[in-house]
Amino acid sequence: MLGKTAGGLYWMFRYLERAENTARLVDAGQRLALTRSGADGEWDSVLQTAAAYGSYSAKYDEVGRDDAIDWLLRDRENPSSVISTMEAARLNAKLVRTALTREVWESVNEAWLHLQDLLARRVSERDLPEVLSRIRQRTALVRGALHGTMLRNDIYDFARVGTFCERADSTARILDVKYYVLLPSASAVGSSLDNMQWDSILASNSAEGGFRMVFGQEPRPREIAQFLILDRRMPRSLAFCIGKIRDNLGYLAQDYDMRLPCHDMAEGLALQYLSREVDEIFDRGLHEFLQTFLVDLGALGRQVEIDFRFTE
Amino acid sequence: MAQTQTQTYDEMWGPLSQAQSMGGMEQSQSQGPRPPYAAYQRWYDGEDPARLKRKQREAEEIFRLTGITFNVYGQKEAAERLIPFDIVPRIIAGSEWQRLSRGIEQRVRAINAFLHDIYHRQEIVKAGRLPAEMIARNEAFLPQMIGVEPPGGIYTHIVGIDLVRTGDDEFYVLEDNARTPSGVSYMLENRETMLRMFPELFSRNKVKRVSNYPQNLHRSLAACAPQTCDGPPVVGVLTPGIYNSAYYEHAFLADKMGVELVEGSDLRVVNGKIAMRTTQGFRPVDVLYRRIDDDFIDPLNFRPDSALGVPGIFDVYRAGGITIANAPGTGIADDKAIYSYMPDIVEFYTGEKPLLNNVPTWRCSDPDSLRYVLDNLPDLVVKEVHGSGGYGMLIGPTATKKEIALFRKKLEAKPAGYIAQPTLSLSTCPIMTKAGLAPRHVDLRPFVLVSPQGVNITPGGLTRVALKKGSLVVNSSQGGGTKDTWVLEE
Repeated sequence: MLGKTAGGLYWMFRYLERAENTARLVDAGQRLALTRSGADGEWDSVLQTAAAYGSYSAKYDEVGRDDAIDWLLRDRENPSSVISTMEAARLNAKLVRTALTREVWESVNEAWLHLQDLLARRVSERDLPEVLSRIRQRTALVRGALHGTMLRNDIYDFARVGTFCERADSTARILDVKYYVLLPSASAVGSSLDNMQWDSILASNSAEGGFRMVFGQEPRPREIAQFLILDRRMPRSLAFCIGKIRDNLGYLAQDYDMRLPCHDMAEGLALQYLSREVDEIFDRGLHEFLQTFLVDLGALGRQVEIDFRFTE
Repeated sequence: MAQTQTQTYDEMWGPLSQAQSMGGMEQSQSQGPRPPYAAYQRWYDGEDPARLKRKQREAEEIFRLTGITFNVYGQKEAAERLIPFDIVPRIIAGSEWQRLSRGIEQRVRAINAFLHDIYHRQEIVKAGRLPAEMIARNEAFLPQMIGVEPPGGIYTHIVGIDLVRTGDDEFYVLEDNARTPSGVSYMLENRETMLRMFPELFSRNKVKRVSNYPQNLHRSLAACAPQTCDGPPVVGVLTPGIYNSAYYEHAFLADKMGVELVEGSDLRVVNGKIAMRTTQGFRPVDVLYRRIDDDFIDPLNFRPDSALGVPGIFDVYRAGGITIANAPGTGIADDKAIYSYMPDIVEFYTGEKPLLNNVPTWRCSDPDSLRYVLDNLPDLVVKEVHGSGGYGMLIGPTATKKEIALFRKKLEAKPAGYIAQPTLSLSTCPIMTKAGLAPRHVDLRPFVLVSPQGVNITPGGLTRVALKKGSLVVNSSQGGGTKDTWVLEE
């Protein structure tokens, strides 16, 4: 396979995942803002989580609900907006057209055509839930086409590595922006304010249902961290994502019969961050844990690009 | 043939009077359609018009979702557009096709012999059949190709000759398209779409298949691999990238052939071979089906500012390390000034009379011809010698006085840049309109593959149709559409 093609697949699926995650963040933000008075600060943290705060501030003077949502969903000046990432996903899909089945290509192309219509003008509050669910449906259709029609070969592996690098990054950032509400030192443990924030963290990861199934009705911060960092059953947890990255890089090593620096880095990441107890993570500092994880994850992504010659 | 002709040849109904071809077709229907259309017409008469209109919309939806688009130059942000598709097939009888394909094969063989000759001994010039300055002062002539032996001796691996029909057995070549003809993906997708929408039509008509074109293309390209290639030849399609107007087609062909779609930045010279950057290191390539113009393939040997090509690829080519299809320098054969010599060229290399007609052509570089052309602009079609795609041409009979006056100035300023031809009365085929079937002008681009193993012509080709009533411009860049083209088994 061409290095360029591997890169196109990796980025196509990173962008698709990013579009979906951004939609999920907006959803969680909107829900929190609606159910709690004075939650305007919520949009600050949504923008921060989406790594869009800096660019937003360059355009707008203050953070407001409508502008924040517009910036995150449909502003082409924001490279991480849903419309920008969907466009980037489709351009990459075009680049790797020969590596995709017709179903996968058509699902991306349709998603892009559809979202272009959907996001042609500002989304009203009334239409927001519908628009957000459409975004998630469309990206889910691409994922479904990938699962149902693609060979399990190196093409698939690069698509998966891209997906899980992005997802791990997103989950870690969601946790990091709100790490303080999970700290035991937060005096208001169990207060309604914290409950809201905990719900929001879970909702941003589509994890409320799964969490209830495992831990019951009452969220406790330690359990939330445990669930989103270490639980291998939870498909958005760091442990799950890193496990998948390691597996798919492992298949590539087998296929190509060569072990590369990125393989060691993935092993190292799992060992260093995910083979410990949640108490230990809290003892050493959740914020620091997440920060260094994000740095090392970024380094792994760059190593994959080098090892498989995405670019010259 | 002349513009004053009052009859148009309709491929479904035969000769139509001007009034009929501009209006409806009802008058001629009493005598029945031409034989190749008989089964289609019986089917059509039994169809519900509302269902057909639905089908027309369905076809557009299929193309939109498949993403079969082309980018239009000169429009903002290189907008992606669909080429309109018409659901009425163009139908050619097997016997008609047989005669036509003999003419095509003859012409393609002559073109290859001509290219070899002008880049070697130039016998045709020595014999006085072609003036030396037609080559020496021609921008499309590539001096770097002099004395180069392309692998397998093939210059034009893929040709898409543009033909128009004017009568029962009368075909004219408009252009030879010996560089990088496009449109074959539409030929294939049009057929796929028709099979999906009207399976019953294919049970009633025995239509020759076109679907094996990608396999034939791959076989044909592989057969032209350089002699240094041991083992199965590695073929690649070289594209300028995703913003090129024909990118969809490049990806489509690479996909159907099961080969890599590469850009210049994926390639480099490694140990005297061209190699592509894969996830596992550089791997050699033997044959490149390139969809990049000559000027851009090698910044070291041609345009230094080209970012699309591969530095040094031409040196590898000259040393026999890679096959470039089509060979560099083939543009001289489809040059519009050379075109006027094609009857001589065909005769010179095949020893036979040309089977396909050439449109009489005035070369405006010649003072007498120029005078004639200037005197008769309203009746002529004037084209740029190096133009293509329907850009920069004048169609006298449909142009306004102002357009003609403007063009006259351009022509007087640079006469050698233009040729002129009489307006041909292109045949019509029915298309689906709101009011039912209506005739529109069409041309035909059959696709021809050439290898040391022989000449392979896919039965049919791409039919382009001018969707505007009375229009003679079929180019997709100018609002033309396409049709599925059927060649019937006898």
